[in-house]
Amino acid sequence: MRTAFIETLTQLAKKDDTVFLITPDMGYSVLEKFRDEFPNQFLNSGIAEQNTISVAAGLASSGYTVFVYSIIPFVTMRCFEQVRLDLAYNNTNVKLVGIGAGLTYGSLGASHHAIEDIAIMRSIPNMTVLCPGDPIETRELVKRSYEKNGPVYIRLGKNGEANIHDANTRIEIGKSIEITQGTDFALITTSNTLELGKQWTDEWKNENLSVSLISMPSIKPFDNSKINELLSKQIPILTLEEHNVIGGLGSAVAEIIATSEKSVPFKRIGINDVFSHDVGSHNYQRKMINFNEKPSVDFLKK
Amino acid sequence: MMNKTELVNLAKKVRKHVLKMTLYSKSSHIGAAFSIVEILIALYFLVLNVDPKNPSVKDRDKFILSKAHGSAALYAVLAEKGFFPISTLEKYFIDGGILPGHLDKTSVPGIEFSIGALGHGFSVAIGMALANQRRSNNGKVFVLLGDGECNEGTIWEGAMLAAHLKLDNLTAIVDYNKIQSFGRTNEVINQEPVVDKWKSFGWDVIEIDGHNFEKIIESFQSSHKKPKMIIAHTVKGKGISFMEDKLEWHYKSPNEHQYKQALDELG
Repeated sequence: MRTAFIETLTQLAKKDDTVFLITPDMGYSVLEKFRDEFPNQFLNSGIAEQNTISVAAGLASSGYTVFVYSIIPFVTMRCFEQVRLDLAYNNTNVKLVGIGAGLTYGSLGASHHAIEDIAIMRSIPNMTVLCPGDPIETRELVKRSYEKNGPVYIRLGKNGEANIHDANTRIEIGKSIEITQGTDFALITTSNTLELGKQWTDEWKNENLSVSLISMPSIKPFDNSKINELLSKQIPILTLEEHNVIGGLGSAVAEIIATSEKSVPFKRIGINDVFSHDVGSHNYQRKMINFNEKPSVDFLKK
Repeated sequence: MMNKTELVNLAKKVRKHVLKMTLYSKSSHIGAAFSIVEILIALYFLVLNVDPKNPSVKDRDKFILSKAHGSAALYAVLAEKGFFPISTLEKYFIDGGILPGHLDKTSVPGIEFSIGALGHGFSVAIGMALANQRRSNNGKVFVLLGDGECNEGTIWEGAMLAAHLKLDNLTAIVDYNKIQSFGRTNEVINQEPVVDKWKSFGWDVIEIDGHNFEKIIESFQSSHKKPKMIIAHTVKGKGISFMEDKLEWHYKSPNEHQYKQALDELG
């Protein structure tokens, strides 16, 4: 996803000299080409995220479309008040690009994990929250965020994720994508668990379960109509996210179900409100939160 | 060009506006507004290239009040400059009002950025100055900080970056009134030596009496190749004997009796 991001941004910067990239000293092996090709549209602002966000806001209020690139906790939580006020309250045209969704940074530890970011970012007025699940969604949503005036948070994984969508798929802000259609239940996933969701869906298919796999990269605005459609059709819902079960995708879906007059079996898969103290790779971290095997579908019987 | 008498009279007028605004709204921060009156008047009437009739011209100078709790003084100066009617000042801080306690750029023309929390406006101003530098836009950027605000880490993050970027189009002023929200500035956290600190961060530093119009104007006019910092020694609550240098006037608003006494003192 990192490569898809920087390639897309490079194309945008070529066409539009108001595209500006700031990094608080991150981007080794990713941003060098952009830095060298567009020195007048690039700034390494040093390891000072709070100042960086406000500087980005000042640039944006002077007509730039500013992308700020760093690791998720540093570009969302370290500088949260700057994000809330200088980006959201002022409605400035700044796009936060965070890498390392969920437990991506494995052995680096909980300081570098990102399991609360969706919750805090979606609670801010004016903020758009986009969590692409593969390089295609990344490319598309970086473009859409450029086209949209105002603050956007883009949550990325790392590098090397598989393409789940066809190369020419167009993805819109506020819309989900139904990848497979099914009638037994729907698996809704966001961000870096799309590939895992696809794998589980394929396994369920082999067990003769008909599962609708829905990618939900746009957390805010949210595709309420898709959830309402599932409710109308009485299709049970399972949500999957590499994020705390509090405040993320599962919560967003639960809010819609709870305020509708309908009911379906519903279950959230995610991180159960704990910090990781396990040492190990991203795959190992996933194993420790039981992402290595697909969840039970017992919730269907309730 | 306004002469000294006119400037001094305007400062009295602005203080009267602020007194009335705080009397009616029972708002706080009058002391923090009174310490910056002369600086704001010098900026808006002698320094800034701004046009109240056309407030968003691209190469205008920009002013950011980073210590946004001094908003009452800024509103009064903007109204006197003609950005909006004087009568709008009656809509300060009250139910159904127009002018909030901290700055909202959607409230009236002339507010460049919405600012409330400390340590934000300085960095936003750096971004604006950087934008002008990258585009060879001649507009200059001015930003006014509180002395207590300089406790915030972002001020020093920004101080390093602005010097590193050689932002010679950026001027910052510290309203050094020596009282912050819960004590005397250098008793809460000693900031001295203030001038040496900013110099060592790579800024051109000038130290002045922040209520002396000649000195203020002179400090704004001096040329600089680095970002410029003006350390303005001021008095919290300046102009009203019983408010001067008193922590309580960071919070209190005048009652009718105090209001009349203050008006008498301003003459």
